[in-house]
Amino acid sequence: MNGKFVVNGKQYQFNFNSDERLLFTLRNHGFKEVKNGCLEGECGACLILLNGKPVNSCQVFTASAIGKDIKTVKGIGNLHEPHVIQEAFVEAGAVQCGYCTPGMILATYALLQNKPKPSESEIKNALDGNLCRCTGYVKIIEAVKLAAERLNGVKENKALYGEK
Amino acid sequence: MTKYKTVGKSKVKIDSLSLATGESRFTDDFELKNPLYLAILYSPHAHAEILNIDDSAARQMKGVVDVFHYGNVKPILHTTAGQGFPEPSPYDTTLFDTKVRFVGDRVAMVAAESREIAEEAIKHITVDYKILEPLFDPEKAMNEDAPQLHGPDRFTPIGAKYEPGKNLAAEVEIEFGDIKKGEREADFVLDHTYYAHYGSHCAQEPHAAISYFDETGRLVIVCTTQVPFHVRRIVSKVCEFPLSKIRVVKPRIGGGFGGKQEVFLEPLVALTTIRHKRPAKIVLNRKEVFQNSRTRHPVRTRLRTGVKKNGEITFLEMDSLLNSGAYGTHALTVLSNCGAKVLPMFNKIENLHFLGRSVYTNLPVGGAYRGYGATQGYFAMNQQIDMIARKLGVDLLEFIKKNHIRVGETSGVFRALGEGKEGVTQYIHSCKLDECIDIGAREIGWYEKRGKKIQNGDKIKGLGMMVAMQGSGIPMVDMGAAYMKMNDDGSFNLDIGATDIGTGSDTILAQIAAEVLSVDLDKIIVLSSDTDRTPFDVGAYASSTTYVSGGAVKKCAEKIRSQIISAASEMMKTDKENLELCDGKVTDGKNNRFVSLSDVAVYTLYSENQFQIQAGASQIVEESPPPFIAQFAEVEVDTKTGKVDLIKFVSVVDCGQAINPKLAEGQIEGATVNGICYALTEEYKFSKNGNLLTKQFRDYKIWSAADLPEIKTIVVDSHEETGPFGAKSVGEIGINGPMPAIANAIYDAVGVRMFKAPFTPARVYREMQKSGCQHY
Repeated sequence: MNGKFVVNGKQYQFNFNSDERLLFTLRNHGFKEVKNGCLEGECGACLILLNGKPVNSCQVFTASAIGKDIKTVKGIGNLHEPHVIQEAFVEAGAVQCGYCTPGMILATYALLQNKPKPSESEIKNALDGNLCRCTGYVKIIEAVKLAAERLNGVKENKALYGEK
Repeated sequence: MTKYKTVGKSKVKIDSLSLATGESRFTDDFELKNPLYLAILYSPHAHAEILNIDDSAARQMKGVVDVFHYGNVKPILHTTAGQGFPEPSPYDTTLFDTKVRFVGDRVAMVAAESREIAEEAIKHITVDYKILEPLFDPEKAMNEDAPQLHGPDRFTPIGAKYEPGKNLAAEVEIEFGDIKKGEREADFVLDHTYYAHYGSHCAQEPHAAISYFDETGRLVIVCTTQVPFHVRRIVSKVCEFPLSKIRVVKPRIGGGFGGKQEVFLEPLVALTTIRHKRPAKIVLNRKEVFQNSRTRHPVRTRLRTGVKKNGEITFLEMDSLLNSGAYGTHALTVLSNCGAKVLPMFNKIENLHFLGRSVYTNLPVGGAYRGYGATQGYFAMNQQIDMIARKLGVDLLEFIKKNHIRVGETSGVFRALGEGKEGVTQYIHSCKLDECIDIGAREIGWYEKRGKKIQNGDKIKGLGMMVAMQGSGIPMVDMGAAYMKMNDDGSFNLDIGATDIGTGSDTILAQIAAEVLSVDLDKIIVLSSDTDRTPFDVGAYASSTTYVSGGAVKKCAEKIRSQIISAASEMMKTDKENLELCDGKVTDGKNNRFVSLSDVAVYTLYSENQFQIQAGASQIVEESPPPFIAQFAEVEVDTKTGKVDLIKFVSVVDCGQAINPKLAEGQIEGATVNGICYALTEEYKFSKNGNLLTKQFRDYKIWSAADLPEIKTIVVDSHEETGPFGAKSVGEIGINGPMPAIANAIYDAVGVRMFKAPFTPARVYREMQKSGCQHY
């Protein structure tokens, strides 16, 4: 099969098998930042944003995602221009092995889009589908708080200067 | 507080932005040209002889290139344990055997043009088995009529006690003083048996390996390893391929925790590439990681202690039975550590006997796992100590303070029990355990809440705690090396064998180099763990990297510093004694002059008496100074259901000078939460045929952020004189505490002893019913 997809704002045409899962289609086409952790939808390493919603890409048939908008962690920022959330994870010490990090950061991105000022329990619940064995989550939660603070600070500053 | 510029500072982990932006490459992320994909056929039987393998149907499938099994792969006995040479683990493994020893043992392997074809083809291999009686109970392993797993050809390369005819994979025994005397002197004796269970490391990245021939015909292996140099050595042996033609590259690693200290996939890709002259790739799925890779060894520990009314422990007997599973990887050394890391803690006991035995069973294979025997041993020891204190009617904290090892003291156990050989005598130079206990007690509210059984409906609160020590590398065994050179702009390449598996060791080793040279951290360019490009290091295990590899980096940087000062003294025409490195410059304080490091580099590279400022250094350590920890748990037990809610967990650690406090905290936090889930929810359950039933995350519960209680981690100010800038280790110790601390807290709440872990609601409820204390 083949179909058109938008990944990180760019149009792509992918060939894939009819029973292929989106995780493998993305990885086969070079989006290696989407990680394979369990293939059971339990760990969140392969989490992406599909039309803005966080989903485990190992649980999505590629065919069902034709025409949809896909965002990976590279879609929100890169080495040279990292996103505030990526910077917050780095500064808070929330990145150890980094294998769960792309999924964690996208789960955080989705949370903060909907809830710019989440409570601690809202943060914990939003990350419920993302497993991490290295950090014990303590610094990940701190990173989300830091990112929220900074994003809100940016928004408030922008509001001050009359920006949208 | 600290006098250092870079050490002791929570610098940002140097690879973290690359990881957070998805740029870093893990093993599975490397593109291979036209690779062969591997899939493994596993045994459905716990114990069977393979009479015949018919691979013809599989071979006829389109896209299948080869089928590997005992019929076409030379059986070379080895151990998969990625340890130093000669390995202290028995040589009881071949790549493919005529016998299977657990459900999930390797039978055959397909190499095919795609992963799908390979996975399909293994279903078309027909195997005739002669089913043998399985052995599941480690207690029965040494019975005369027990099924025997391994034949007499198996052996141990270090000449340790090993009797495959009795299913005995390892045995250690030490004795001091006179147990009988201790028994006579005791006013009471406690005799209890504890069971620590199987566990999976659950690194988020599954095990994987790729291999290919580079453009010069050398075999390159990229793999999820903690031990790249041991991989090179073991692959060379098992594949009979010259070591000089093998290059092992460690990319980023998605967590290890001991699970990647095993060399069991690398020979498979290497074999395929050597035989077919094509790249090869294998990536395990999660079920394979649970069942077919490695686990924490379950250990049954019987502790007998005699105690006088005045609190003196008159004797201690520890009898540890380790279930090694089907193969003996790490069977001796984990067993030794059950005693070696635990017994020195209470070093005043004169009459001491430790007997440890590791036995084979037809169950999944044990291996290295963070804590490495200490976790299993401390589970028993800290409950026993809690019982002694309660029986004496004294506060547990005071009892521990009276009995634990202190600065200037030693324990005969250090010398008697090494890792596969005799240990090393050592004295404690740094121990802030009392401070750890006091801080932890304040944080958890020990004196306000302990023993108060605060009730909230059907729930009752309790407090428990524990203490532990670990080590910092294996003395006189572990070796790490470093190489450095200076570049034009005053930056430095730091090439280290040390293996960063997510721990942050690249960062802390760079911090050590930056501190010696008084430069910013970004002036240190780190390359780690490439057997062609970096010097040797044993790898990431035994809590060795900071202390051992860090020592090598410090020495190496000091050599560089002295070369810089020599060159600068030539340039500035002044005595070396007048010069020092300060903030990227060489300063002559006396004459108020300086040259920049870049000036020195340019001078040495391009101007006069040219040479490359460069150095290498190795570190072998004579001691293994233990870090210390006190960990406290507050629980609430539901008397109606047996469910244990963890409310708060406090860890206070003395790891010497933390090179990077934030990363040190991260090590403790990660280890702690791992230990908490191991204590409460993680469990290997087997069918009666020995098939693992809990091999998905939905059945084997590790916690998410949503499950998290309040976690508090405190690193105390400490200094270990033998360590680089005062550092000791921190990687493993934090995992030892949760199980005994929570068990002691459960007792404090509802008065039942949890001798078996994990403390699931069913198990706690059963214990409450047995003791008749369910109707509070």
